[in-house]
Amino acid sequence: MSESKIIDARNTFCPGPLMELITYMKQANVGDTLELLSTDDGSAADVPEWIHKVGHEMVSSEKIEETWHIKVRKIK
Amino acid sequence: MRILIVGGGTGGTILANQLVRRLKDEIRAKKVRITLLSDSDRHMYQPGLLYVAFGQMAPDQLYRDEASLLESSIKFHVDAVTEFHLDRNQVKTKSGKTHDYDILAIATGARIVPQEVPGMSEGAETFYTEEGAIRMHKRLMEFKGGTVAMVVSIPHKCPVAPVEAMFMLHDFFKMRGIRDKVKLQYKYPVNHVHATANVARWAKPEFDKAGIEYETLFNVREVDPVKKIVYSEEGTECKYDLLIAIPPHRGMEMIEANNLGQGGWIPTDRFKLTMDGHENVYVIGDASNVPVSKTGSAAHFEAEIVAENIASVIKTGVPVREYDGKVYCFIEAGYDRATYNAFDYVNLPELKPPSKAIHWFKVAYNQLYWTTVRGLL
Ligand SMILES: Cc1cc2nc3c(=O)[nH]c(=O)nc-3n(C[C@H](O)[C@H](O)[C@H](O)COP(=O)(O)OP(=O)(O)OC[C@H]3O[C@@H](n4cnc5c(N)ncnc54)[C@H](O)[C@@H]3O)c2cc1C
Repeated sequence: MSESKIIDARNTFCPGPLMELITYMKQANVGDTLELLSTDDGSAADVPEWIHKVGHEMVSSEKIEETWHIKVRKIK
Repeated sequence: MRILIVGGGTGGTILANQLVRRLKDEIRAKKVRITLLSDSDRHMYQPGLLYVAFGQMAPDQLYRDEASLLESSIKFHVDAVTEFHLDRNQVKTKSGKTHDYDILAIATGARIVPQEVPGMSEGAETFYTEEGAIRMHKRLMEFKGGTVAMVVSIPHKCPVAPVEAMFMLHDFFKMRGIRDKVKLQYKYPVNHVHATANVARWAKPEFDKAGIEYETLFNVREVDPVKKIVYSEEGTECKYDLLIAIPPHRGMEMIEANNLGQGGWIPTDRFKLTMDGHENVYVIGDASNVPVSKTGSAAHFEAEIVAENIASVIKTGVPVREYDGKVYCFIEAGYDRATYNAFDYVNLPELKPPSKAIHWFKVAYNQLYWTTVRGLL
């Protein structure tokens, strides 16, 4: 399995984890997996909502200690 | 010790002046030399562009000669850097010169790339350049009624500017007596009306009060300037009469050309502000990939920390402070009220209700900025 690119958005408010993820998704190639690290509980709902609406793929989402690890794949 | 600063904007200018203040004796004794390279002899106060778009500032009020803002001991050259050779501690410039350094600070800022969104350059107004702000003001003055839509691309500098512009549009059309003929629509890329939770919590009810309509999860895909429709990545669309866009941004082209960072954003330690893998290279302001908003405020606080640390390393061999993610931003809530957002990596206090006093402080800051970049405030 190819390694995923880590986006460390822990302990940041502005521009915030989802904006950071969208920035890196735009730079990624189709098929790439990105892993967002976020300490904002809102990310657990906000990221899947965007991923589903825009049509990318949710790979996994889990909270390990204080950090959400959210893996997504760029589909288009 | 040769300190080389690349970029004479907010971050680079504050850093250069603060270094002189902290290293006076060393400079006099010729133990330290500070050189600043920029690609322009002028310095623009970019936040003023918002006021130009609404006819509240004249374009020439945005500028000062960069040389007039610098301490006299700084060697300032208008000569754009074209190549970085970090392995040799060298940069090359447009004129063909080579500059060697012991410590390098990169503060080259960001640029807008509307051309990356099909139709955006032709179909949308923007206040993120001088030319754009002047044209937007003209369009606003000519506007007789219909839908004014604002779309926000990612990434972009000054994340509160789109919110401020919406409130100013509301007051602008009210003052022109045609607010009832104008539908204001705000399209935002994430799930809330602002990426920062406290700003979103404050702005949403204020939008409702002002009759500003909003749609979230709208990432601009394409603009059709003929049909006057803007389409989102998420599959929605919006018909407009006047479109205002916050275009997507990238770091400078030569940062990308020199493979310093994807998208032109230089990988930077968010606390030390050094470039990853290069202890003698600092990155401040918009050019870094540090996860804070791309603002003059962040560039200012970062420049202070870097100046303090460089001076301390020269004097004692060790740095003294880390950047805590501090940002302070005024937020205009219309023509005569403002609030502010002050936060860092771990604290995000709620916004205060907007007041006239804060608005007038912002108006004063539009002038005080020149004192700030001289390193005096
Ligand atoms: C409309 C608008 C409103 C804003 N409002 C606010 C606000 O209210 N509050 C706030 O805090 N911030 C605001 N900002 C953001 C703020 O202006 C920027 O974040 C800030 O200027 C960043 O500072 P910097 O030093 O990183 O880059 P800049 O100030 O952009 O400076 C970059 C410098 O690098 C130079 N340069 C570029 N390439 C080269 C090269 N190859 N060689 C040498 N030199 C080079 C440029 O000439 C320039 O002098 C606003 C911006 C805009 C556009």
